[in-house]
Amino acid sequence: MLDFHLLKALHTAAGPRTLDVRLTLAPGELLAISGPSGAGKTTLLRLLAGLDRPEGGFIEAGSQTWYRAESRQWLPPQQRPLGFVFQDYALFPNMTVRENLAFAASGQPQSARIISDLLESLELTELAGRLPAVLSGGQQQRVALARALARRPRLLLLDEPLSALDLPTRLRLQQVLAEVHRQFELTTILISHDPAEITRLATRVLELELGQVRRLGPPMAPAAPATVVGCVLAVRPGGRLLVRLPGGTNVEVNGAAGVGEEIALTIDVAPTL
Amino acid sequence: MPPDYWQTLRLTLALAACTTALLLGLGLPLAYALAYGRSRFKPLAEAVVSLPLVLPPTVIGFYLLVAFSDSSALGRFLIEKLGVSLNFTFPGILVGSLVYSLPFMVQPLQAGFGQVPRSLREAAYTLGKSRGTTLWRVLLPNMRPAILNGLVLTFAHTLGEFGVVLMIGGSLPGTTRVASIAIYDEVQSLHYAQANAYALTLLSVAFVILVALYWFTKRDAARLS
Repeated sequence: MLDFHLLKALHTAAGPRTLDVRLTLAPGELLAISGPSGAGKTTLLRLLAGLDRPEGGFIEAGSQTWYRAESRQWLPPQQRPLGFVFQDYALFPNMTVRENLAFAASGQPQSARIISDLLESLELTELAGRLPAVLSGGQQQRVALARALARRPRLLLLDEPLSALDLPTRLRLQQVLAEVHRQFELTTILISHDPAEITRLATRVLELELGQVRRLGPPMAPAAPATVVGCVLAVRPGGRLLVRLPGGTNVEVNGAAGVGEEIALTIDVAPTL
Repeated sequence: MPPDYWQTLRLTLALAACTTALLLGLGLPLAYALAYGRSRFKPLAEAVVSLPLVLPPTVIGFYLLVAFSDSSALGRFLIEKLGVSLNFTFPGILVGSLVYSLPFMVQPLQAGFGQVPRSLREAAYTLGKSRGTTLWRVLLPNMRPAILNGLVLTFAHTLGEFGVVLMIGGSLPGTTRVASIAIYDEVQSLHYAQANAYALTLLSVAFVILVALYWFTKRDAARLS
């Protein structure tokens, strides 16, 4: 569905570099982009949206050419059927939640229906008459997502949409994102720093470093179990052991060992939900 | 009360109102271009717009007087081809006011455009909205304090204009004699009470306008953030 090769000069902390990414996305795929700051993640998203001009390459979306350097083709952002969720949400402060969505949906057939459906599925119906300034971060994020969907895009671009939110809100919105992705089957690109978030949502992950692809593949499994060695301080009644871990923390575990012996403990990393 | 008090006041307000309305129309595209343009010549354009801030009004008035007269090509064109003689007329002092008050409209508007977060503009573009729609529905409503600021400063500044109007328009009652010039004339004739009537009016109007500006700005800021 989306096939691109993009080149653009980057100004990184390590000096000038070139963003150079060649990728093909299947329809309905959810790709996560991760990498340190300055790697070119946001730049890549902005190039795809047409907010910045690439210096070489091409973007093919289905049968439509959005950009091609040789033939000097360039489609302005207005003509690219995509939804963009900005890191700062970029809600229009002068419009209520409903007006933000209506502005986005205007010109679509059945726009009233689209708006009420989106308000309902993102649980915004009760907030429809409010201005963005009085909403919480999580609520603003849902409005930004609903607004991006109101134009019925074929590609959804999300620039660290959840990074500014607290953990419970983030977890709830990850579910919302997963549901939206299931419901609309949109080809989606999500910038994220959170490995758990990437594992839960993405079908593939692109790791960028200084503009170059470092890894492209399935999301990494959560970190492998770690092993530490502790010293048994005491054996409690019932066979529980009091063990001192490196760093001075004491824990109680089940096991069989004598006082003063060293034993290996395995720490498993549980998923966040 | 001076004999032509109301006539002078009407003329003064008409000049300020016309200048403000026309400058809003001229200033918006100019401020938009200065705020978002990337031309190499931008510093040059900004300097030209800001010149009236630093030039003595008599310098602007002098050059406009010469430009409008039949000794210049522009003046000859206006007089002979269009039949428009601008010196010592209301349209003449209006053109002078437009030049003189230009930075008072453009600078607040340019700052207003610059203060609207870039992501708002870009969000509108990614929603398929044209530059015109984005300007009208997103940018202007979110820079209302800046627009109000430009309107009020231009209006108040034109009320207080003296040098440019005197150079181009002289002091013709009912045509070019605005309140600030009337004050000077009355003082020259030692009519202090009548000068005071004009001066007190200008002082009150300026004060009320500024209080209204700050009140609206505060209310708007509270509403949007």
